Amino acid sequence: MSEKHIDVSMTVNGFPRSGSVPARRLLSDFLRHDLQLTGTHVGCEHGVCGACTVLLNGKAVRSCLLFAVSVDGGEIVTVEGLANQDGSLGPVQQAFHECHGLQCGFCTPGFITTISAFLDEHPNPTEGQAREAIAGNLCRCTGYQNIIKSVLRAAEIRNEMMQP
Amino acid sequence: MKPAPFEYVRPRTRAGVLAALAAAGEDGKVLAGGQSLIPLLSMRLASPKVLVDINLVPDFSALKISPTHVEIGPTVRHQELLTSEAVRKAVPLLAQALSYVAHPVIRNRGTSVGSIAHADPSGELTAVLSLLDGVVTIEGQDGTREVTGSDFFLGPLESAINSGEMATRVTFGRLPTTMGTACVEVSRRHGDYALVGVCAAIVLGEDHQIDRARISLFSVGPTPIVIDVSGILKGIRIDSKHWREAARFIASSVDPDGDIHATTAYRKNLVEVLSKRGLQCAYQNALDRVAVKQ
Repeated sequence: MSEKHIDVSMTVNGFPRSGSVPARRLLSDFLRHDLQLTGTHVGCEHGVCGACTVLLNGKAVRSCLLFAVSVDGGEIVTVEGLANQDGSLGPVQQAFHECHGLQCGFCTPGFITTISAFLDEHPNPTEGQAREAIAGNLCRCTGYQNIIKSVLRAAEIRNEMMQP
Repeated sequence: MKPAPFEYVRPRTRAGVLAALAAAGEDGKVLAGGQSLIPLLSMRLASPKVLVDINLVPDFSALKISPTHVEIGPTVRHQELLTSEAVRKAVPLLAQALSYVAHPVIRNRGTSVGSIAHADPSGELTAVLSLLDGVVTIEGQDGTREVTGSDFFLGPLESAINSGEMATRVTFGRLPTTMGTACVEVSRRHGDYALVGVCAAIVLGEDHQIDRARISLFSVGPTPIVIDVSGILKGIRIDSKHWREAARFIASSVDPDGDIHATTAYRKNLVEVLSKRGLQCAYQNALDRVAVKQ
């Protein structure tokens, strides 16, 4: 007997996307397997590592701790949706590039999404706030120092972009 | 690391949710934020046959703050409660404890009522409910009942909610301005489960002297442990000897299990250190609140 499928539709990176999936399909798997958006990485798959973080209706959430069917009708942004409109690196991506905020890069999509949402609410963070913001994301390469620098640099780049 | 198959229903009304839970009986489970449930499903530590997603019921997301109470609906997210200035004023301990609950990203989705219903003995909010005698409203198709504070917790991950029922509201009374509270904990990393945690409440009487003092310990026993130390602290102001005496009494009253994260002796030591710190912070908080009021 095959598993019952449920229709879901949502906006992903500005485009309407839909599919028919079993209820147990995690949002992370829906993005990667059904929509072929493999920028979202899956590390621990139980909410500890933060690599799969995406934005749901503007807020950062773990895509491995959501079922695709539960976010039916929602608005999702993945790391693929965080570049500038002309295709150049977005502010957080640019900051990671400049500050050497990544090495192997596996955890990076989760950091980029988490930090993007954080900077929306805290456009001028202190170093302490930057540390708190990334406390839920694991990186085994960098030792975090350059990621903290990247958060602060990303805030600068964003503020420069906002100026006329 | 994938959940076992289940049947998924997402009713749009309270009646629909209660009907679905009644129909599912022991095979049903409520899905609110899912930040504790989905890892359990993924690791196949739980495999309910039916998941009842309650996120589409409009009145479940209500957060009501009245002059006397704070009422929290079952889909109110931790982050909403933590950032509400009105909640911070009415029940400061909620914000004090919530800042330790996981990470901001988890708090965006996880629900406070769900966290209490999950009854994890290391959950900060379980200790808050026990300490402040918060009231859990439990609804099923056969009716509604209310369970207060510690009575809600029966054991690790075991609450007074029966199959076919759910927690539809948690209510806290507004704290008197003579009451100060604090939450302190020690964990390996910020946002991790506490090795030991303490919620403390102190009520001031005449002349800023302590009238009542209570503490609620989490990650120490199978359910939150509430200990009254009014007898030791009543009538005193600031005196290090009494804080130490109260903390030692609390530590001598508990017998926490040791595990891979902390031995029994270390946990007992943490209970003493954190109880003292928690009581002192709560006392300071009470003085501050009284000062603001005057």
